[in-house]
Amino acid sequence: MEFIGQTILNGLMTSSFYALIAVGLSLVVGVMHIVNFAHGEFYMVGAYTVWVLYAKMHWPFFLAVAMAIVIVGLLGLVSERLVFRQAKGNILSGFIMSVGLVFILQVAVVKIWGLGKMKPVPAAYPQVLDLGGISTSWQRFIVVPATILLLVALWNFLERFKVGRGLRAAAMEPEAAALQGVSVKKSAALAMLLGSAMAGAAGALMAPIMSVHPYMGHSVVWTAFVVVIVGGAGNIRGTIWASLFFGFLTTIITTLLDSTIASLVTVLVMLILLAIRPQGMTGYAED
Amino acid sequence: MLKINYKQAFLLGTSPVLLISAPFAVSAYKVDLLTNLLINIILVSSFQLITTTGGWSLAHVPMMGCGAYATALLSGKLGVPFWVSLPTAALAAGLTGLAISYPLARTKGFAFFVASFAAGEAIRLCWIRFKIPFGGHKGLTVPPPVLFNNVAWMDFESAVPYYVLTLTVTLICLILMYRLNSSRIGDTWKALASQENLAKSVGINITKYKMLAFSLGSFFSGVAGVLLAHRLWAIEPRQFGFTTTLYLLVWIVFGGSHTFAGPIVGVVALTFLAELLRPLYEWVPMIFGAIIILILTFLPNGLESLPGKLRSPR
Repeated sequence: MEFIGQTILNGLMTSSFYALIAVGLSLVVGVMHIVNFAHGEFYMVGAYTVWVLYAKMHWPFFLAVAMAIVIVGLLGLVSERLVFRQAKGNILSGFIMSVGLVFILQVAVVKIWGLGKMKPVPAAYPQVLDLGGISTSWQRFIVVPATILLLVALWNFLERFKVGRGLRAAAMEPEAAALQGVSVKKSAALAMLLGSAMAGAAGALMAPIMSVHPYMGHSVVWTAFVVVIVGGAGNIRGTIWASLFFGFLTTIITTLLDSTIASLVTVLVMLILLAIRPQGMTGYAED
Repeated sequence: MLKINYKQAFLLGTSPVLLISAPFAVSAYKVDLLTNLLINIILVSSFQLITTTGGWSLAHVPMMGCGAYATALLSGKLGVPFWVSLPTAALAAGLTGLAISYPLARTKGFAFFVASFAAGEAIRLCWIRFKIPFGGHKGLTVPPPVLFNNVAWMDFESAVPYYVLTLTVTLICLILMYRLNSSRIGDTWKALASQENLAKSVGINITKYKMLAFSLGSFFSGVAGVLLAHRLWAIEPRQFGFTTTLYLLVWIVFGGSHTFAGPIVGVVALTFLAELLRPLYEWVPMIFGAIIILILTFLPNGLESLPGKLRSPR
């Protein structure tokens, strides 16, 4: 019983992390049609922001996280303007350009802060959270409420506000949205701002748990792509369901076997799903 | 039939002389660099076979790894001679390519990227996870090839003989791939890439031709893997990781993917550029990144489109 409870808690934490990083990517892929490989590097920059502000300059943790969200969001906006807009909707060009951006950001981070050893970020909330036999640290748990909060905020923005509704329309039917007076360019910039900010939030919240280094984005970005393609690009509800599915799948297999097998199963599940339903599981915006 | 004008004849005549004499004029380090360049030329050209059908596979470097691992198992563990393990290992890579091309041929665009990555990563994770026979993270050792014992100029442990061996294999592979590209099959591949629905409507079996391109591309990348393994004497999963794939994409985008020569121009130019920038080696990825973004912005078809653009300025 305790074992099951612990697995559910771990699964919930993993899923929250996946949702945080994948929903942002889903917005970017769905609205902009850019397979943004640099999403992982945005996540890395978010983690570095927390390392600089919280671990080195001793700002309060949540202020550092908020700053990471703002900084990475702006970084996304700038890269949309300078880089991705030049791809002009060509999916291959966009992907390769994002690869170029990956190289640029990695070298920039190495040059500024050095390759060196780990950048340790002490836990802001090292206390143990005990739920009757099931336990974790607060620092690990905090990603769950933070993700729910950010997703609810995003959801409200996309449902309530006119700009947000325009964004969703641009993801579903770009031409119809343009005819209704939604600026596709502005929607793309907004999607990039929001999506990158989510990546920044994920990196910031995971900084005390994961090891912070210039190449930390690589492994994460693929998990995010797997989740996005299964959930449907631009489809937030689908992406959240896919995060839960893969989060629990990974946790269960890691607990029972080991993490390499878990990665192996994840990519195989993904390959089989794509072979059966090449248009994605739930999604629109697939072309 | 091949049509050759004087300029091409001159190039064809002089380049073998240059290529064969090159290793005697430079240091051993430079010879290894040239060997590596030749291996990468096979890699990009075999990738071009796949891109002519319209799909940019992210599993191509793991396919090269299949060739390398196959030859490591064959010649390292079983003692099979190089001359047998070279075609056999390449065939193993080709068959692996055939197996994964079936699910991949069903996907397109974004889904193809992710699916091909998933396939390549699955293979790589198998090498990491199954320590027997693949050796886990540490990988495997590969013996240098032996043709005749005790013949000094055929001692493939040293750089120059191995360069000549690689050059021979590379030229054979390039001729085969070039012929393939200009054959009826190659024309059909190009038709798939430009007008898939039209190709389908005239009765071309799209899935079959895509799978064929993928398997043949994997076969030749397997050859590259074999040559790499026998030069390095040791292989590990990290060599066939995503960073190598990124460089492969950069080479091809730089040169352009619409002609046979484009990718080769790309890999040669960027290898020499990286060599010139050796004092700044830490900055090289950033410089490559910037070059790629600029190329895609101002010259979206790569360097190969430059002569055409210069000839007909608009």
